Amino acid sequence: MTNRFLPTIHGRLRELVRGTVLVIVAATVFAYGADIQLLNVSYDPTRELYVDFNKAFASYWKEKTGQNVTIEQSHGGAGKQARAVIDGLEADVVTLALAYDISAIAEKAKLLPEDWQSRLPHNSAPYTSTIVFLVRKGNPKGIRDWSDLVKPGIEVITPNPKTSGGARWNYLAAWAYVLEQELGDLEKLHDPQFSEDVKKAEAKARDFVAALLKNVPVLDSGARGSTTTFVQRGIGDVFLSWENEAFLAVNELGPDKFEIILPSLSILAEPPVTVVDRNAKKHGTLEVAQAYLEYLYSPEGQRLAAKHFYRPVNPESADPADLARFPEVELVTIDNVFGGWKNAQETHFNDGGVFDEIYAPAG
Amino acid sequence: MAGQITSSMGVAAPRIKAATSEPWWVRLALTGLAILFLASFLMVPLLAVFTEALRKGIQAYFESFREPAAFSAIKLTLLVAGISVPLNLIFGLAASWALAKFQFRGRSVLITLIDLPFAVSPVISGLVYVLLFGLQGWLGPWLSDRDIQIIFAVPGIVLATIFVTFPFVARELIPLMQEQGTEDEQAALTLGASGWQTFWRVTLPNVKWALLYGVILCNARAMGEFGAVSVVSGHIRGKTNTLPLHVEILYNEYNFVAAFAVASLLTLLALVTLVLKAIVEKRAHAASAA
Repeated sequence: MTNRFLPTIHGRLRELVRGTVLVIVAATVFAYGADIQLLNVSYDPTRELYVDFNKAFASYWKEKTGQNVTIEQSHGGAGKQARAVIDGLEADVVTLALAYDISAIAEKAKLLPEDWQSRLPHNSAPYTSTIVFLVRKGNPKGIRDWSDLVKPGIEVITPNPKTSGGARWNYLAAWAYVLEQELGDLEKLHDPQFSEDVKKAEAKARDFVAALLKNVPVLDSGARGSTTTFVQRGIGDVFLSWENEAFLAVNELGPDKFEIILPSLSILAEPPVTVVDRNAKKHGTLEVAQAYLEYLYSPEGQRLAAKHFYRPVNPESADPADLARFPEVELVTIDNVFGGWKNAQETHFNDGGVFDEIYAPAG
Repeated sequence: MAGQITSSMGVAAPRIKAATSEPWWVRLALTGLAILFLASFLMVPLLAVFTEALRKGIQAYFESFREPAAFSAIKLTLLVAGISVPLNLIFGLAASWALAKFQFRGRSVLITLIDLPFAVSPVISGLVYVLLFGLQGWLGPWLSDRDIQIIFAVPGIVLATIFVTFPFVARELIPLMQEQGTEDEQAALTLGASGWQTFWRVTLPNVKWALLYGVILCNARAMGEFGAVSVVSGHIRGKTNTLPLHVEILYNEYNFVAAFAVASLLTLLALVTLVLKAIVEKRAHAASAA
């Protein structure tokens, strides 16, 4: 009885081990056999843009140098993605939602120089965007501006500012709106004569954003998660969204379901790009990584950005029909209102910052 | 006194009878409730997966698997399960053999440690490896200098999966081996068998059904694990996405047909697992009865 099992189990076990070893060897060989590979670690809403752009760049590079380049993509909340690169995700280039996340990579992991943002034109942002409101068709709750978001009974969807870049832009745009309302002119922020007024306005802004966050039923970790919460699961009355993400949702899921509302004031969001020097050097991809990012500024790159609802920094290369989709809106900059990303991050989003003080999860 | 006792006994007897045979409508209601519960919480979602997947026809369904990213997710999932299941089989056998057949110091600590992955949230299981092998972690700089990539690559995914599926085989084997005791092994040894022979010819055949059962469960979890793998994956499309991660990505890209098509693959895996599990249980039962 026992003897009957002996050869089969023994033999099978050996087969299994042998099979496993073979698979590992095959996987290793496969990984080293390919052409140039570039890893672009990006934030959530750029998925569609980079699918198109990577194809365009690959054929441009092939024509120019004869080399085959494949670009691999990783997407997620910008803060989370930056953390992954810091922890060793070997990105050759990062294309994230805001400058602070890239600065964090420079600071914490020393993978690129701290002055990275001056290496490419326009603060290293080849396209810009802004924050808009996405509401359900017909705007049943009558949401027109930031002040409508704190009304009782309005459910606001926004991701978590701790992990999502888009959410940080949302938060700061709301803050800037209150400052503008209270002060009448944001230039007063830089005039010591008005420091008392500024203090009062800051207190108002703090209360306003706290009230806004009270109306948020769920904080997803990334912009795309929030989009699906609002669009697919049907939760919430208004979704504070990247302009491109809002356009995409309307296009993909039906103009009969959603409407884009432009608030009276919003923020100029500059999602920057840069080469992660140490990784690219290690992979021997420095040259192609640089060319990849420069190609974003080329007429073709700019055209594709506009096609995917990003505002191109050189609009003359874009299709006028694409440009016509972007409405005029008063945009404030992070440098002007918050003294740059480093300041904004430290004051508002770091542990123990304003966000931690004013946000108490519903429950 | 005596009269009281008999009277209380006289009342108790019919009560016991009533407790075992409820009226027909109670039984019907209870059974109906259970079926309703099963239908709404298990069958409906199951059906939903397949209807969503087939929404745009059978051709769109199969197209979803021909996409290179989906194909590589399938390959990676098979590779990860192919490495972690055999390793956990060997570990599970060794651990349960040591724990059930021998008494030694620290034995109870080891039993507790085997259960650890069940008690720990999968996210923590993933983060452990980030802390160990991440660039800012203990071994990260050393590994990076030698160009060895553990997390955000296949080895990290394998490690996280092994950790999460650690207890499945051992947990199945330990109670059975303990119950079987050491008499068979002692008999074999007295008859002159070596330790190795005893293991192959006595211990292993005795537990083969439980072992298979553990392997099936281990495999199902290895292929389906999301949390721990998500933390260490890096989410590189076509490279470090397993099937469950690929489902999430497709869903987030508004590609619902493909998302549910890939999800249906995982669902099928679950169904196959259940069938295999049922067969193994039946065989094991027959074997123990014989």
